[in-house]
Amino acid sequence: MPSVHFTANLARQTTAPVCEVDGTTVSEALHAVFSQHPTLRGYVLDDQGAVRQHVVVFVDGTAIADRRSQADAVKPESEIFVMQSLSGG
Amino acid sequence: MSTKLYLGTRKGLIEAERTTTGWSITRCSFIGVQVPMLLPHAAEGMVYAAVEHGHFGTKFHASQDGGATWEERACPAYPPKLDNVPDVINPASQQAIPWDLKKVWALEAGAAPGELWCGTLPGGLFHSLDGGASWHLVESLWNDPGRAKWMGGGAEWPGIHTILVDPRNPHRLLIAISCGGVWESVDNGASWKNIGSGIRAEYLPPEMAFDPGIQDPHRIAWSTAQPDTIWMQHHNGIFHSTDGGQQWREITDAKPSTFGFAVVAHPLDPQTAWFVPGIKDEFRVACDGALCVMRTRDGGQTFEALRSGLPQVHAYHLVYRHCLDVSGDGRTLAFGSTTGSVWISENGGDTWERLSADLPPVYCVRFG
Repeated sequence: MPSVHFTANLARQTTAPVCEVDGTTVSEALHAVFSQHPTLRGYVLDDQGAVRQHVVVFVDGTAIADRRSQADAVKPESEIFVMQSLSGG
Repeated sequence: MSTKLYLGTRKGLIEAERTTTGWSITRCSFIGVQVPMLLPHAAEGMVYAAVEHGHFGTKFHASQDGGATWEERACPAYPPKLDNVPDVINPASQQAIPWDLKKVWALEAGAAPGELWCGTLPGGLFHSLDGGASWHLVESLWNDPGRAKWMGGGAEWPGIHTILVDPRNPHRLLIAISCGGVWESVDNGASWKNIGSGIRAEYLPPEMAFDPGIQDPHRIAWSTAQPDTIWMQHHNGIFHSTDGGQQWREITDAKPSTFGFAVVAHPLDPQTAWFVPGIKDEFRVACDGALCVMRTRDGGQTFEALRSGLPQVHAYHLVYRHCLDVSGDGRTLAFGSTTGSVWISENGGDTWERLSADLPPVYCVRFG
């Protein structure tokens, strides 16, 4: 199962534990996390469901290309990291 | 007299209290995070705060114990934009106005228990009937064709910065938008009308200058004792209405300046209001390096510059639109600056004392 990790700065604001979830895309994996932790969604995605301007999502070391819909593929052994950009602080 | 003051700042929510020995800072919540707007709601024992994270967006928090502890509640969110809904284009930048919360810029209580109104950038008004547990976008305003004229002012997108709920009739609302003028609803937000004859925008071509739908009121305020008397600090001047906002008279002879952002009205005396003047447009600092508050006590016929206790040499403070407040009796005032000073007066502005010169930039000042 893909694992989803969140920056410690996000965990300081709300519940953001490491999660192992089902999913073949970043979107599926993230929404599986959000179903367990609904408040987390608004910290990562904007009102229209795009990745927030100053948040960046990596899959196995590569930043995702589809920030609007998060359709990037993930493998069962993938590690997804939700980080903050250096901009926006 | 008020004895509790809440400050929304660039780096947290800071509280001050008045004891027998005077005012002092007592607590900071949300350290490091912007607090652009807050609302002490004394009648319900609540304090609400919009908390804007640089990376993670705006969140909405509520406190039931005066700010000692906070719980996160729902944040106003724009509904999904369907593909067949055309974009509204910001006429100044020719960019599509986003359907995404950019900033909470106004927060007021309605008359019903738990009722809240929230104004935002990029121009959405939100309504809650459960103390912020849920919100809905006021679509009557968002879908009004007049929104196509709205432009960003100092910010990139248009924003609702003032919401006034009529104490005589809580179904009557006035909102003010930079830059979209003044809008009135008499049916609790079900429908809206753009009002304001006589408001003048000198920064636009002459044929557009009096269009009420493109004005930049920086802030409007009314006396709760007489809500038909309204004061406006506009981008290019001070305006005054005595008929509930339908007609406005421009005041041009206030010294040292008619430029500024903040205005408050005396809650009990409709003839009295306070402004914090500055040098206009691209300068945006205190006039002549000398900070003052302007007060009228005769309905705008004359103004006096109140300087006692305020720095008069090399003072470059700017006071944003939400950074001046007055207590319910009209005696205690407080204001905060972009350079982190806060002053308090307990005699209607005659003399001031500085609470602190060491704060982050101040975004919002409200008595508890």
